[in-house]
Amino acid sequence: MDTSKHLDWLESEAIHVIREAVAQFEKPVLMFSGGKDSLLLIHLARKAFYPGQVPFPILHVDTGHNFPETIEFRDNLMEEHDLDLIVGSVEETIASGRAKEEQGPDASRNKLQIVTLLDTIQEYGFDVALGGARRDEEKARAKERFFSHRDRFGNWDPKNQRPELWNLYNGRSKHGEHFRAFPLSNWTELDVWQYIQQEDLEIPSLYLAHERAMFERDGVLLPKSPYNELREDEEYVEKMVRFRTIGDMTCTGAVESTATTIEEVVAEVATTQKGERSARADDQRAEAAMEDRKREGYF
Amino acid sequence: MDVLRFTTAGSVDDGKSTLIGRLFYDTQQIFEDKLEEIRRNTHRDDDEIELGLLTDGLRAEREQGITIDVAYRYFSTPNRKFIIADTPGHEQYTRNMVTGASTAELAVELIDARNGVIEQTRRHAFIASLLQIPYMIVAVNKMDLVDYSEERFRQIVEEFQSFSDNLDINDITFIPISALKGDNVVDPSGNMPWYNGPTLLHRLENVRPEADRNQVDFRFPVQNVIRPHQDFRGFAGQVASGKVRPGEEVLELPSKRSSHVESITTLDGDVEEAGPGDSVVISLTDEIDVSRGSMLVRSRNRPEAVTRQIDADLCWMNEEAMRQDRPYVIQHTTRRTQAYVSKVVYRTNVETFHREEADTFELNDIGRVELETADPLFIDPYKINRSTGSFILIDPDTNDTVAAGMIRGEAEDVAPFGQEEMATTTERDTSPNVVWEGLNIPRQAREEKNEHQAAVVWLTGLSGSGKSTIARTLEERLFDRDLQTMMLDGDNVRHGLCGDLGFSPNDRKENIRRVGEVARLFFEQGNVTLCTFISPYQEDRDRIRGLLPEGRFFEVHVDCPLEVCKERDTKGLYAKAEKGEIANFTGVSAPYEAPEDPEIVVHTDTDDVETCVDQIVATLEAEGIL
Repeated sequence: MDTSKHLDWLESEAIHVIREAVAQFEKPVLMFSGGKDSLLLIHLARKAFYPGQVPFPILHVDTGHNFPETIEFRDNLMEEHDLDLIVGSVEETIASGRAKEEQGPDASRNKLQIVTLLDTIQEYGFDVALGGARRDEEKARAKERFFSHRDRFGNWDPKNQRPELWNLYNGRSKHGEHFRAFPLSNWTELDVWQYIQQEDLEIPSLYLAHERAMFERDGVLLPKSPYNELREDEEYVEKMVRFRTIGDMTCTGAVESTATTIEEVVAEVATTQKGERSARADDQRAEAAMEDRKREGYF
Repeated sequence: MDVLRFTTAGSVDDGKSTLIGRLFYDTQQIFEDKLEEIRRNTHRDDDEIELGLLTDGLRAEREQGITIDVAYRYFSTPNRKFIIADTPGHEQYTRNMVTGASTAELAVELIDARNGVIEQTRRHAFIASLLQIPYMIVAVNKMDLVDYSEERFRQIVEEFQSFSDNLDINDITFIPISALKGDNVVDPSGNMPWYNGPTLLHRLENVRPEADRNQVDFRFPVQNVIRPHQDFRGFAGQVASGKVRPGEEVLELPSKRSSHVESITTLDGDVEEAGPGDSVVISLTDEIDVSRGSMLVRSRNRPEAVTRQIDADLCWMNEEAMRQDRPYVIQHTTRRTQAYVSKVVYRTNVETFHREEADTFELNDIGRVELETADPLFIDPYKINRSTGSFILIDPDTNDTVAAGMIRGEAEDVAPFGQEEMATTTERDTSPNVVWEGLNIPRQAREEKNEHQAAVVWLTGLSGSGKSTIARTLEERLFDRDLQTMMLDGDNVRHGLCGDLGFSPNDRKENIRRVGEVARLFFEQGNVTLCTFISPYQEDRDRIRGLLPEGRFFEVHVDCPLEVCKERDTKGLYAKAEKGEIANFTGVSAPYEAPEDPEIVVHTDTDDVETCVDQIVATLEAEGIL
């Protein structure tokens, strides 16, 4: 199968959007999660400004519950491409009293990230944050714009978005407001993997099948970690797994898989029967879970 | 694998969501967990799952049972990735339809077979035409509810064509489907043996991608300047149209200074060519001033105009009505400047396509305006270049995107509708018998020198009747007698003079009007001017007769029965027209009005070419022309 044409098309579009964001805003930043979409975004940002440097810093909101592999990968990537990293710490947000840790079963720092993210954006005065979100990931994202307007509180109003026509992006904002820009809007999970394969990009080892101690909760396969405690009737089992998305260890589920190379991952994604975020415990909370978090300023 | 972007419009009742759900379901694009969720939410009496639920995105929509915005959806087959802009169909969502249409290469128009063409159908077709979507599929849905009736399908096709003739859509395919039952969506239907056209997916997979991209006229709007060190200065951008290679001469706008392309740089190495849609960095051999908002073009192929006066079709997208007494920000390619709406020419009623008098536009209004901008823009007509022909208007106070514009060209200060008729429909008020003022050498002087009179010989008849063959032989005959001649035919004028026209009744009228004016110029130059045009309408032919002095216009009816023309079918056009591949084809899907009182009638089914030519020559001699 000749895959290159649609990947070229997607690449070109994404580069155009990244360049528009840089041209139309004063202080851009790239939101890095450690996941494949955000590392793809960094790759595209390098392409957009080559032979120049990436003209903005990289922002990572660290929940303190990240996989150690994520942090290691992040640091290597920054060093390799000489990128400027800013880390926003949820730990510090909690310590400062600006947010309270969730209590009870399935407690997650997922929502707390929003506070840290918005704080960091404000602290540095960023007026546009580039993110790797894709429209095919989740139904609330299907209506997202390339340039997504946020109000002074960082909120997204799905009913009041600017129409986006042709490739003319309107990034005019008032003081105190900021934008999100999503250059990968038109990519699907399979596109991402095919592109990673085509460009021969290095990816966090979590995406490839490996042996790991896992336990099952509400149908989701979660990793053993210092932040999860087993409940009654739960037990650790060694399994061959890989992650399709990467977030906190507390809520990122894995899939059983034998795909140990990118080629095998591409083949697996092409034939899978489960949605990409189906293993995300944070999305299973309510039917409109993502929509609610997005309104409040989630990535 | 390539990419095709298409748009769908329709209300929930048309089964739009079901259709998209069906496309996904039958191409195995629905994940099991998603299906599970849909099954949970299905509240149906029968066993069918509610495919429509697949596409209803936001909570507000689920609560109200409507779609409120443009949603983008993705699926692919082994050879093509599809991006769907899914838009709601109600009147209040005209702006969403325009948004979805702006990036679409194909439009799927859904019609409920029970209801036939409704207002919304016309509105969407109009928008598809205005936004210049190259392909349209008219999917007549819910065929299962009309017993898969061929007659009903034909009726709807006819109903649609009766108004789409007035639109500028060149390629329309009609497909009878049932999204709910799956007929002709992905798999051919066993329920409609009378239909042997493509399924919806087959058509989607086989139209030419990027048909909306201009491959010829090089335009490169500069996004950013890349200057990593002293020795490199490059200009980042996405090629809007045309192609460029290293070594070629380019011109910078607005300075009009020229230079040559030094290199086309990417992270993967320099490239030998950049074409439409490519994001690249171009560096030049000379240090000329280039910045964001500059445009690189070719010195011999510049935008139609570098101007501050713009004539454009506009769709108003904001709750606050348009005002002429305040500036907006106009964003065109990578340029932004201020713009005033200097004039509202008319508003178009998107259901009747009629022009209405207006002094402002409100939300969802579409019409024609003139704009005046603070800085010049480098514009092409939208019909020729979607990238350099489009713009948005932004409210400088709220920063909302308030309008989308499609450029017609440089404004020429046309009179608003209702105050004075449009130029193209104005009747000539000069008397045809008066010699034109200002002709340096009058026609009579030329005629004396030529030793023959000037005339216009107008050959009208069906396609394939033999007009051109006769005219060619006739012209050779006249030329051999040392007569001044000129021949105008459909093919040569449609390449240049009338290259912007289609085949709708209005465009045909305009085509013939222009040809008439050109014929008159050649006439004034003393030529025996031979014109071969199907020219199906008596009214149009009469108008040309009216341009010329009495006794100088010879209407020749090249008469040949339709069956014989079809049998000849020299260009294979009848075959295509009967398959529905050519709309508005005279004799098949458009009428031909035979001349009421022609000067000459020749019969090409019974007489040979020489006989017909003899007949015409004899008449011209008898009337004192030769």
